[in-house]
Amino acid sequence: MHAVTEDEEKWLAAGITGLQQNAFYMHRALDSNNLKDALKYSAQMLSELRTSRLSPQKYYELYMRAFDELRKLEMFFREETKRGCSVVELYELVQHAGNILPRLYLLCTVGSVYIKSKEAPAKDILKDLVEMSRGIQHPLRGLFLRSYLSQVSRDKLPDLGSEYEGDADTVSDAVEFVLQNFTEMNKLWVRMQHQGPAREKEKREKERSELRDLVGKNLHVLSQIEGVDLDMYRETVLPRILEQVVNCKDEIAQGYLMDCIIQVFPDEYHLQTLETLLGAFPQLQPSVDIKMVLSRLMERLSNYAASSADVLPEFFQVEAFAKLSSAISKVIEAQDDMPVFGVVTLYSSLLTFTLQVHPDRLDYVDQILGACVKKLSGKGKLEDNKSRKQIVALLSAPLEKYNDIDTALKLSNYPNVMEYLDDGTKKEMASVIIQSIMKNKSLISTSEKVEALFELIKGLIKDLEENLLELDEEDFHEEQNSVARLIQMLHNDDPEEMLKIITTVKKHILTGGAKRLPFTVPPLIFNSLKLIRRLQNQEETVADEDASATPRKIFQLLNQIIEALSSVPKPELALRLYLQCAEAADDCDLEPVAYEFFTQAYLLYEEEISDSKSQVTAMHLIIGTLQRMHVFGVENRDTLTHKATGYSAKLLKKPDQCRAVYACSHLFWVDDQDSIKDGERVLLCLKRALRIANAVQQMANATRGSSGSVLLFIEILNKYLYFFEKGVTQITVASVQSLIELITNEMQGENSTSDPTADAFFASTLRFIQFQKDKGGAVGERYEAIKL
Amino acid sequence: MVLVLALGDLHIPHRAPDLPAKFKSMLVPGKIQHVVCTGNLCIKEVHDYLKTVCPDLHITRGEYDEETRYPETKILTIGQFKLGICHGHQVIPWGDLDSLAMLQRQLDVDILVTGHTHQFTAYKHEAGVVINPGSATGAYSGITYDVNPSFVLMDIDGLRVVVYVYELIDGEVKVDKIDFKKTTAPTNSTL
Repeated sequence: MHAVTEDEEKWLAAGITGLQQNAFYMHRALDSNNLKDALKYSAQMLSELRTSRLSPQKYYELYMRAFDELRKLEMFFREETKRGCSVVELYELVQHAGNILPRLYLLCTVGSVYIKSKEAPAKDILKDLVEMSRGIQHPLRGLFLRSYLSQVSRDKLPDLGSEYEGDADTVSDAVEFVLQNFTEMNKLWVRMQHQGPAREKEKREKERSELRDLVGKNLHVLSQIEGVDLDMYRETVLPRILEQVVNCKDEIAQGYLMDCIIQVFPDEYHLQTLETLLGAFPQLQPSVDIKMVLSRLMERLSNYAASSADVLPEFFQVEAFAKLSSAISKVIEAQDDMPVFGVVTLYSSLLTFTLQVHPDRLDYVDQILGACVKKLSGKGKLEDNKSRKQIVALLSAPLEKYNDIDTALKLSNYPNVMEYLDDGTKKEMASVIIQSIMKNKSLISTSEKVEALFELIKGLIKDLEENLLELDEEDFHEEQNSVARLIQMLHNDDPEEMLKIITTVKKHILTGGAKRLPFTVPPLIFNSLKLIRRLQNQEETVADEDASATPRKIFQLLNQIIEALSSVPKPELALRLYLQCAEAADDCDLEPVAYEFFTQAYLLYEEEISDSKSQVTAMHLIIGTLQRMHVFGVENRDTLTHKATGYSAKLLKKPDQCRAVYACSHLFWVDDQDSIKDGERVLLCLKRALRIANAVQQMANATRGSSGSVLLFIEILNKYLYFFEKGVTQITVASVQSLIELITNEMQGENSTSDPTADAFFASTLRFIQFQKDKGGAVGERYEAIKL
Repeated sequence: MVLVLALGDLHIPHRAPDLPAKFKSMLVPGKIQHVVCTGNLCIKEVHDYLKTVCPDLHITRGEYDEETRYPETKILTIGQFKLGICHGHQVIPWGDLDSLAMLQRQLDVDILVTGHTHQFTAYKHEAGVVINPGSATGAYSGITYDVNPSFVLMDIDGLRVVVYVYELIDGEVKVDKIDFKKTTAPTNSTL
């Protein structure tokens, strides 16, 4: 292989040397106006192009050098004719060259001058040249010769408005010439395929593809002819090209030329000749990559449709959708073994086209998806990555177009297509759908739509069959959080419908299993609480007995939903949610409901929450919530507060006990509730807190030999001051005073450990007392009694 | 001049899908020197987002935060000011200013930033300011009805702090301003 390349280099070098040598002599002859010698050396120079040893690439190099020299020769010829030499004679003269290839190159060169001289009609000269070029049947040499002919003649076609315009049929003449050259070139090009040994097929195909633009150039020239209007294109140009394309029965030529046609001629022409163009596809060789070509056609037409609304009527008029759609079915039918990827690509392009041209025709979109499903059925899940990606693109297109999930939810075949995706891709698609919803902030407003949506994204909602691949934890979180976000987008202002939505979501998320519930339950709970709050304001006015959307009914649902968390188990989260519900029930004046939620929360606290840090936070939340409850009668309230104080006193760490117990004091004195003003029990709590603080001190003495921090005492002092200021009579000046003394003594005691935090806290507490004293008024008077 | 962003109770994704777009477009990286967040983000994604607004991020723990390592309270010094952060569910009664003032004395800070109630407040009293930036997403709250999304920007300059409150009302951002000057009284005044 290497040797071949080396040899080729040598041959090329030799060719160039020969060419340059003769060019040198040719120039010398030109300089001395020696026409005879000029012709002789130029013919010799061109003889180098007779070689058969070069590959197309190397041959091209040689050809380009010859081409440059021929330009100079042409200039010389033109000068000659100006000096009085007859161009007709010149045209005769060059035909004396001994070899046919140089002769034809020279003839084309003089021909160009001949046309320019207008001494004969362009069409006659062109006809002559294109006919005579038949003399070269060697593919490579023939292709380059004709390429040369095409090159020198392209600005001399008898086109409309051109200076070489001829009689009435002048455009036909121009077209005829180019078509003929094209046909011949294509034949030569196709013939290359069948020459040489079979083992070099691959190499040959590579070489052929290097030459394809020489052939395609003719189509480009055709597209540039002014006189080719739609009629002529429809009647002559397209049929003739297609005839050649179909008849050549060559895979490479067909694929390339069909694409060429689509790329070089105007969109409008394609639209108007769609039937003819599409009619050619089923006649192509089965191995031609039709889907690629068809996709490109649809892509072009889509862009054309997008370019201006003015062109859309054209699409409707020619029934572009129906034609493309039927062409695709025919192609798919004809190519039974077309891979799934091809099928999906075709439908995907058609869908893009439809969305662009018929955005209002959802039925078309659904039809395409339906056709796709039909083709996919029986094939099982898609295995190859390319097809999966293509399906994702297919399904994403309507979302992007409509910016609105509602539309996609109306497409009955949408979920059917998704069925053919493997679980991983299904999830990917579900994420695409959610992202689209979030991006467009689309609210999903009916339970039917929610149902349809959850069907689409079920890959994220529950475990699918093949869950062998355990998802990375971070990815799983991200995915489930996106579902949680999605739940925020399910909304209807009508409470009845909203309740239906909630019921639907509940049904789905409860199938999600222990891993998903912690993500999906909270958003659903809060969505429901929002609904309850809306109803709570209405309920008095709308006393509709039949209404199912009542807070009471929703609370029942909430109870069931939170209960599901026990299977996880997630007691901390469940406790928080129960308390949220209790607070909402309080707002709705539903005492038994609120009590039930508190009971559930307490049970969890007693039975499930064992971590001491979690217990502390849980107690904050229990006390904090209970403190705010209005709805409880004395009995229920007593039970709950009694329990809460009990739990507080049983926390593991003494300081935590102490803090929780003094927090409980707030359960007995609530500013805005006249019935809850129990100074005795406030005092009891604070005293109990003091006892615990003392115990902490003693423990510190016992274990560390120092008295430990007075921090807890200062905190309790602050609580004393709090209730003192509120006017709780049981909190006396004396008790405050003695607490201050106690703290001062402790801080000055010999066993005390210095604690800057406590010092600062105490100092700021004393400053606060001073500040209150200085305030004057009722507060000032009250504080006056405290001596610092 | 130092800009401190204070926000909290985003409750993403339990109660809100995301920060309001209008807020996000205001919170561009590079303008803010410190972020204090009272908690209830609730997920890592939000933490990561806040980090992009400003890498100097201080968070305390809300009762719904998935990250359990956030501290219950945090104290930092910015310029001449001592700033305390706490989510606030630990301070009972919730949102009670006298009780928050006690926490402020305990932490010995000039500015206390808390959350939990989803109700924006800025309260000046003898020893400083208590600020609740509200809920940055306008999240549902058992305590406050009709929550508007809000956050707070503090402009700390010498002994002066200007508190800007940004509130999203019917799609429009409204700004309010509260001025606070620290008294230069020595902290260890003899009483």
